[in-house]
Amino acid sequence: MSPQHGSQPIQHQFNPYSDNGGTLLGIAGEDFAILASDTRQSVDYSINTRLSHKIKVISPPVTKEMKLESTDIVGTKNSVLFGTNGFSADGDALTKAFEENWKWYVHDQNSNVETGFEFLNENNEEKESFMSMQSAARNVQHLLYGKRFFPYYVHTILAGLDEEGKGCVYSFDPVGSYEREQCRVGGAGASLIMPFLDNQVNFKNQYIPGTNSTERRKIEYLSLDECLKLVKDAFTSVTERHITVGDGLEIFIIDKNGVRSEYHALKKD
Amino acid sequence: MNHDPYSWGRPSDAMYGQYNNAIANAPNTLEHHSSGSNFNENTTRPIVTGTSVIAIKYKTGVVIAADNLASYGSLLRFQGIERLHKVGKTTVVGISGDVSDMQHLLTILDQLEMENNYDNDEYSDNVDELQPSYIFEYLANLMYHRRSKMNPLWNALIVSGVDSKTGKPFLEYVNLLGVKYASPSIATGFGSHLAIPLLRKLADSEEEAAELTLEQAKKGIKDSMKVLFYRDTRSSKNYSLAVIDKDTGIAYDNNVDVEDMSWKFAKDITGYGTQRV
Repeated sequence: MSPQHGSQPIQHQFNPYSDNGGTLLGIAGEDFAILASDTRQSVDYSINTRLSHKIKVISPPVTKEMKLESTDIVGTKNSVLFGTNGFSADGDALTKAFEENWKWYVHDQNSNVETGFEFLNENNEEKESFMSMQSAARNVQHLLYGKRFFPYYVHTILAGLDEEGKGCVYSFDPVGSYEREQCRVGGAGASLIMPFLDNQVNFKNQYIPGTNSTERRKIEYLSLDECLKLVKDAFTSVTERHITVGDGLEIFIIDKNGVRSEYHALKKD
Repeated sequence: MNHDPYSWGRPSDAMYGQYNNAIANAPNTLEHHSSGSNFNENTTRPIVTGTSVIAIKYKTGVVIAADNLASYGSLLRFQGIERLHKVGKTTVVGISGDVSDMQHLLTILDQLEMENNYDNDEYSDNVDELQPSYIFEYLANLMYHRRSKMNPLWNALIVSGVDSKTGKPFLEYVNLLGVKYASPSIATGFGSHLAIPLLRKLADSEEEAAELTLEQAKKGIKDSMKVLFYRDTRSSKNYSLAVIDKDTGIAYDNNVDVEDMSWKFAKDITGYGTQRV
């Protein structure tokens, strides 16, 4: 008989978390930003689904005129690309909470939530109202830290355009510490992809040939095509090496024309 | 009357000396042993349980199945417990896990349906008719809310049906943690290991599910229920099968038996129990 028996009840503890795998990746360019994730959701060794969405485009309404310019547009240039990775139930809850805050914020700016435009501005023209990336990031910190002692178990990444129209990526830890970065990977594949991106985006450990490793290669912005190549390479590679990553790759690209998305198949094994 | 002898009290230590707690592993204090107070009343483990629920989408609807057994540990305790439930006109909710929590969910779903009936009927053109997606959203929020209070409903639910407005098949899962997902085929418990490989062979994507016929889907589910009965010791031969179709509505059969079983392989199994090797 166990020594505990009789003297005190055996404590069963309910574990309110699970690890649902997957990887999330954000890269900021000069005038664009990318947020990408795989579409697998898993638990232990089981694949729950091959198509789940870890990224939400939170956008002012897309007008007919914008659709005319480009049919595949899913958000305006003032969108927030909101991605979470980790415990999916918390990820969904956090996304929902932020979306709610975003809507009220836009509403409180005396804007019309239906059209996404302010009723009037000083030049008597309609101006789209939205939430700046800076404000969005600070709000997410508050949401996360508000549950400091029962955290949302997620790695959060926001992508969008800053107030100068430059691409930006904000990344968060589960309790709200955050930072603006050029690129960040979160989730299961983070340890495999992040060093690759350090090297390819921020040119870490790259020196000018012939300088005997004394002169660093100067940092410069990558083009959209170069970034997309990196994203695809990163995900196909991590799919090979990590069991919870695979099935599909969803990429969202935001620039001055708005948000568009791409889908690519990944290996299903 | 409290029938527990340990709470009847005993003479003071001054008269007979200290009580020897080693005898019969008696508790040190009455508080620890008496029911209530020190125990929390949350569900910390399931007691009477239902096993897998499995479901698959097809061209114009969804097929869902679950057996009619409620187990008490390894005891097959109740053999007439239905675990598929009609909610509204085009939704069937399949529930596995703790049966008392399931019955609690049913009272909630009953109330939901009743409330909906007050302000929604043919006179209002059924504009607020309960859709599978509404019921799922409600249940998913409830499950996540309860887990966040550290007082979960110990279940995994599959909400299946068709949207009565668009005719689109609906199939989504949520469990005690509030984790949710949609897929062309979904199974809980052992089904996720044994049935899902068979069902994904039929349809691994929404596109493939949109090509699947009712007959193919039904056969897939029936074969899966057979495999589950072969291999899941907490399953029963008797099960319920529901088909929710956009044209024909809900067809619900609560008395289906696993058919065409073959136990021939059993004679070749060696290594357990009484036998000649």
